[in-house]
Amino acid sequence: MLYDLIVVGGGPAGLAAANSAYEKGLRNILIVERDKELGGILNQCIHNGFGLHRFKEELTGPEYAHRFIEMLKDTSVQVMCDTMVLTVTENKEVHVINTEQGYQVLRAKAVVLAMGCRERTRGAIAIPGHRPSGVFTAGSAQRYLNMEGYMVGKRVIILGSGDIGLIMARRMTLEGAKVLACVEVMPYSGGLMRNIVQCLQDYDIPLYLSHTVTDIQQENGRLSHVTVSKVDESRNPIPGTEMEFDCDTLLLSVGLIPENELTRGAGIQMDMRTNGAIVYENMETSIPGVFACGNVVHVHDLVDYVSQESEKAGAAAADFVTNPKTDEQAVQLKNGNGVSYTVPQQVRISRIEKNLEVFFRVRQVYGQSVIEVKDDETLLCSFKREYMTPGEMQQIKLPKMILDKAAGNTIEISVKEA
Amino acid sequence: MKELVCIVCPKGCRLRVDEENGYLVSGNSCIRGAEYGKNEILNPTRVLTSTVKMEGGLYRRCPVKTNKAIPKAKLFDVMETLNGITLSSPVSVGQVVVENVCDTGADVITTKAL
Repeated sequence: MLYDLIVVGGGPAGLAAANSAYEKGLRNILIVERDKELGGILNQCIHNGFGLHRFKEELTGPEYAHRFIEMLKDTSVQVMCDTMVLTVTENKEVHVINTEQGYQVLRAKAVVLAMGCRERTRGAIAIPGHRPSGVFTAGSAQRYLNMEGYMVGKRVIILGSGDIGLIMARRMTLEGAKVLACVEVMPYSGGLMRNIVQCLQDYDIPLYLSHTVTDIQQENGRLSHVTVSKVDESRNPIPGTEMEFDCDTLLLSVGLIPENELTRGAGIQMDMRTNGAIVYENMETSIPGVFACGNVVHVHDLVDYVSQESEKAGAAAADFVTNPKTDEQAVQLKNGNGVSYTVPQQVRISRIEKNLEVFFRVRQVYGQSVIEVKDDETLLCSFKREYMTPGEMQQIKLPKMILDKAAGNTIEISVKEA
Repeated sequence: MKELVCIVCPKGCRLRVDEENGYLVSGNSCIRGAEYGKNEILNPTRVLTSTVKMEGGLYRRCPVKTNKAIPKAKLFDVMETLNGITLSSPVSVGQVVVENVCDTGADVITTKAL
């Protein structure tokens, strides 16, 4: 079977990519999703705050997903749920398996990789101590609670102040658990300020910055105590600062990792900083006709931006199928002072119509500051910001007019305090 | 003068609310921030999202929300009410589960088709 486009993953990225490819004229599109239904992680994110940019209203995760799923209903886009993609090859063969049809090799003219990300686990951060039950990643606990109907614990410590951890602090509290503390190893929170306010402060849950979990104790196989210590500037625990908490549950919200086994397997060039594929301005990877978008490229903090980026990928995939272009020279986007990564990493300026949107993150907290965009020698343009933190993704729009002025093979983006 | 972080959108504007000057809000970048700043001092409200028990659907819980913000003080009362509710499949998005929940003037509605 030869499809115009196969989209791997039916979460927000895959849904937006498929929709936009359809709008751009592709008809023979397949979405492959491993869960029982479309929507991905949005299905368990029952809190609100989604869609303010995209729909100008505040939706819950399932409602946001529903909007996109509804858009697909009037299209010829096909969906294969409960199906795992095992391999994507360089020549766009997609190997899939499910219990109904067994193992199949599907072929496509273009592929969009939209596998999203998964959570870092206890192993990734090497917490010492026992290995009892009661230690969950925050996202797993969220699925148990919000979809499967299991309450994972009564007295809870949350390690990591990423958004999922903060959301779960509120959620567990509302469901009757006592959340004793949220513990963050960095001197600042990894989550959005609004979540610190509405998830922790609203319920008087203390946030311990520059602290981490240094021991886990158990009784009869269940978590019984967690030790929390203050850390120094190099994030080493300081002896004598230990606090012991009597609790039965530890939720980990310690980061997300783009899920790129398929990407690596296809031989696509990766970016060490994002743990995702290196992409061009249209989200195309190093294999022509294979695109990537959403959290599989870099972890976003707003689904609205995932949709935006994925629509770009879907449109580009449609363009690749209907109107293939020849290779053009690409400019590299370089991370200057204070910038930890940019997406895209490479830009074919000739392909930009109006603006180039660049997403990036800063390395530290910045007050009033200036984002500078330079070519080899000269300042091309700059943007002012009131406040920036590593937890909040930044976005700038570079007009084509300005990009056309760039000389040399690199454009550098940097940040400095004003 | 009271300092707040606006929670209306993910931008997180840092607001200052002048209690002695008609609750005048500064630091906001949109009109909703001004409204939030004033309300947050006078009558703080939140949209509540939760789940209710579900029978016959793909999952055992159905997500719900209040269709407008309710007083913060009533959040746990509404949670209590939701504990007593069971829905049967099929449900559609936006279906009313409880009208005027705990006299807040808000309805609890479903947020997912199951």
